[in-house]
Amino acid sequence: MANEELLPIAILIDELKSDEPMRRLNSVTRLSTIAVALGEERTRSELVPFLAENTDDEDEVLLAQAEQLGAFVPFVGGPQYAHLLLPLLETLSTVEETVVREKAVDSLCKVGVQLPDSTLRLATGDWFTSRVSAAGLFATAYARSPPAIKTELRALFTSLCKDDTPMVRRAAAQKLGSFAKVVERDFVSRELMSLFTDLTQDDQDSVRLLAVESCGAFASALSRDDAVSHLLPVVQKTELTPNFVRLLRDSEAEVRVAAAGKVSAFSRNLQPMQVVQHIIPCVRELSTDGSQYVRAALASVVMELAPLLGKQSTIEHLVPVFLTLLKDQYPDVRLNVISKLDQVNQVIGIELLAQSLLPAIEELAEDKHWRVRLAIVDHIPLLASQLGAEFFQEKLGPQCMKSLEDQVASIREAAAKTLQKIAQEFGPEWAKEHLVPTVLGMMKNPHYLYRMTMLLAISMLASIVAHDVLVGQMLPVLLNAAKDKASYPYWAQVSPHFRRPMHESLDKQYPAHAISAVPNVKFNVAKMLERIAPLLERSVVQQTIRPTLVDLCEDSDMDVRFYARQALHSCEPHWLVSGKRHQHSQWCMNRATLPKEGALGFLNGSLCFAGHCGALAQVGCAD
Amino acid sequence: MAGEGATGEWQFLQCFGERTPGEDIQEADVISAVEFDANGLHLATGDRGGRVVLFERVNPLAKPPAPDTRAPAPVPRGAAYEYRYMTEFQSHEPEFDYLKSLEIEEKINKVRWCRSSNNTRMLLSTNDKTVKLWKVYEKKVTSLANFNIEGRNTSVANKPNALSSHPKLTSLRMPKVTSTEVLLAARCKKVYANAHTYHINSISVNSDQATFLSADDLRVNLWNLDITEQSFNVVDIKPSNMEDLTEVITSAEFHPDQCNVFAYSSSKGCIRLADMRSAALCDKHAKAFEEVEAQANKSFFSEIIASISDITFSKDGRYILSRDYMTLKLWDLAKESAPVATFNTHEHLRARLCDLYENDSIFDKFDCCMNGKGDAIATGSYNNMFRVFGTWNSADLTLEASRDPMRKRLATPSKANRFAIRKNGVGKRGAGDGAEAGTDYASKLLHLAWHPEANVIAAAASNSLYMYCA
Repeated sequence: MANEELLPIAILIDELKSDEPMRRLNSVTRLSTIAVALGEERTRSELVPFLAENTDDEDEVLLAQAEQLGAFVPFVGGPQYAHLLLPLLETLSTVEETVVREKAVDSLCKVGVQLPDSTLRLATGDWFTSRVSAAGLFATAYARSPPAIKTELRALFTSLCKDDTPMVRRAAAQKLGSFAKVVERDFVSRELMSLFTDLTQDDQDSVRLLAVESCGAFASALSRDDAVSHLLPVVQKTELTPNFVRLLRDSEAEVRVAAAGKVSAFSRNLQPMQVVQHIIPCVRELSTDGSQYVRAALASVVMELAPLLGKQSTIEHLVPVFLTLLKDQYPDVRLNVISKLDQVNQVIGIELLAQSLLPAIEELAEDKHWRVRLAIVDHIPLLASQLGAEFFQEKLGPQCMKSLEDQVASIREAAAKTLQKIAQEFGPEWAKEHLVPTVLGMMKNPHYLYRMTMLLAISMLASIVAHDVLVGQMLPVLLNAAKDKASYPYWAQVSPHFRRPMHESLDKQYPAHAISAVPNVKFNVAKMLERIAPLLERSVVQQTIRPTLVDLCEDSDMDVRFYARQALHSCEPHWLVSGKRHQHSQWCMNRATLPKEGALGFLNGSLCFAGHCGALAQVGCAD
Repeated sequence: MAGEGATGEWQFLQCFGERTPGEDIQEADVISAVEFDANGLHLATGDRGGRVVLFERVNPLAKPPAPDTRAPAPVPRGAAYEYRYMTEFQSHEPEFDYLKSLEIEEKINKVRWCRSSNNTRMLLSTNDKTVKLWKVYEKKVTSLANFNIEGRNTSVANKPNALSSHPKLTSLRMPKVTSTEVLLAARCKKVYANAHTYHINSISVNSDQATFLSADDLRVNLWNLDITEQSFNVVDIKPSNMEDLTEVITSAEFHPDQCNVFAYSSSKGCIRLADMRSAALCDKHAKAFEEVEAQANKSFFSEIIASISDITFSKDGRYILSRDYMTLKLWDLAKESAPVATFNTHEHLRARLCDLYENDSIFDKFDCCMNGKGDAIATGSYNNMFRVFGTWNSADLTLEASRDPMRKRLATPSKANRFAIRKNGVGKRGAGDGAEAGTDYASKLLHLAWHPEANVIAAAASNSLYMYCA
């Protein structure tokens, strides 16, 4: 073999014993490379003995070594030679460091040959470390043992469970469940059961803790009768309900929070009568608990009690609690209640819900915390579907419209989406009658941000409403928004609060429908026209949309021109924008450094910039 | 039985670091902690210089290797408990807390052994602020030959040279171990720092071998041996206003087999037993062992001498032994109102409390210890003396930490369960606790430990460690 090929391997081998731990680690993590280079024969006769001689290293190196050896069977020549790895892995299973031992045990299980022998050797080791490792081998070893060895293994496991060292008992307790799974059912109840009982009564808390965790595995390994007669007494030393009630009344708020969060999960396992008798009084107390976190935890689950209790009990016991929580002074509490409203709805029916809960919801829709309002808006479609069209229009419709004009952008956006969902729910006719006029009316809002919301809402509705509504009502408004050049002066656009004093005079000066000069509105119109165009016939596009877009292409604002051109492009694939690209990218750069409409405008500008570049690339491809 | 065992005749076994007369003692060499491990095979000492020194028992079962024994051929029963120096390491270094402008001494306050396995021994050591977990293990130092590229085993930096100077690399070779040397090495595995505002006085490993506690003047913290970045505060007696401070924690110890129970003692002479199962924060103790002193006996020094310097559980966990300045007290866990036995350690000093207060000796903190059977107890005193008492009989011995020549003891025959082993020329005292003219307050025997199984005591007198057996 050539020198160049051997050299890297030679270095790797030499560095197995380098003075620097990092180099040793590097070599050890590439043991498989070394083994391949040496060949099976020499790996068996030289590498493995060499490694066995040098198990005295940093924990990191040993860990890597233990891991590598797990996959070493092919390198020593297949399963018939795998036993050569065992002494080495067994040594690694006795080292002081836990992670190394665990990895070595994993690898032993992976190597898999003569596992019972290894287990026997380790389980009778002098040091607790080897016995701890042995505990991890039992489950795998047992499954592969002949009956005679199985008896021995069971006996050994018993001795591990009674070991003097708490560490070994902990390991045994931890592995008891997995061991029980592989042991024959007969022996589980005859031999392991007593071990389990012993371990659950161990002096050491830590042993008992781990033993109890194996309960589930045990239950599945036992016959039903045995499980009930042996396991239940261990797990359920006392009745759970009184304990739970005590936790619900614990003096520590944290405990109450945790317990309150489990109220419904716990109650699910009880009879409705028991819930009313034991749990409901606590729930009532908790709903007026001093800690807001307790109330919030309760609020997030209390609604789930309704299906458990049935209509009558819910009305009697829970509705007052709901109302209390809905009027809670902390928004989180109210929010949690609302997000689970549907559960109650199914139980007590719409009439009652309307009577008792709607007023509270209406109140919350005007909550001063925007997240509460947002939650309400988000839940309106759900409520709408349950309330029905008429009821909705009467109770929640106006509220929903109001949300479109909320001060918080997220809420306006959510409201627009809500409109779409409601329109879907109640159908185009209903939408035409109740939603479209209001939304179109709001296009006259003097502030451009609100008009943009309406544009969004219109686009949401466009796909749902009937064609004639789209053409007859929506399109004109859109075109209007695009056409008009008149505007408030720039400074008056900045803030609605700033503008308010001169609102009226401005309104006189500028006609209501002619206030769309903000470029953001205009290019959004362009975008929307692009989106709506496919929904319309060709003639309508040609007659109405195209001229508008062509107009917009002459707009003084670059953005507007860009989007208008893009929209035109999609309306008419042959209408090209060639020759403009260079100019446009120049613009992009200017635009990026020149904010136009205050902070928000700047943000929009930047976003446009990013959008433009993408668009540019597209156009480039088209050319 | 007790009379013949622990309180019978004590013999000198050996001494480590014996001082020649007139030799100056380096402050750093003064032993500040002594501890046997669980089966008595090892002994650890800590000193003021931040070092931990380990001794191991010369295996009594195997024939001692002839060339290595430097046993002074004492009586046969003592030979079984011969120890030899094993290794030492620097556990703590002096530090400076720049934020508080405080010097942190390197002095080892306590050493405690943990579980050991294979050829590895684990122990905890602490100074005032930081607990460290040390692993002492036999490190194989091998020298190898037969490298593929010669010279690489010494220096890894000259890779290009190695390449050019060994152009004929025709086959791969495995390095061969030519010689192996076993060295004892100590490695700091874990550092449990930044959890104590005040000075750590105790550490104690739990019976579950997974947790330990560390106690400072006002708080007790619970650690998991594997986790260094967090500990749980289990006792906090710091008053909201430090002016209300009336007592401090002086030591704390886990119950030997109940993993949820530990005891801590206070400067007011109270031992409190806490149960970690009842609450996470054990400020409300489960039991309090305190003896109410008669009003008549109260003096200016009462409060000072009531301060408990050390507590230890009996091996079966039924009793607690406590040491205050003047007495040893044995408490039954079932009886809180008074100790079941009180032993005066140096009653003759009661008249001299004023002097002791003047020279600060009254604040000396003496260890106490109990043998494995629980039938004898021991504690230190001044003049390098230590006292051994029978727990249930009236046996009461005063021994001096010195190379006690057998003839000397024979020359002073014991008087009815009471005999003293004294060196020549220390004082002209009788065998009893007569008036002490020349009590040497500087030579105090603060630290000692009793072998967990045999009646072997390791007593530290300044820089020397004396071993005795009965």
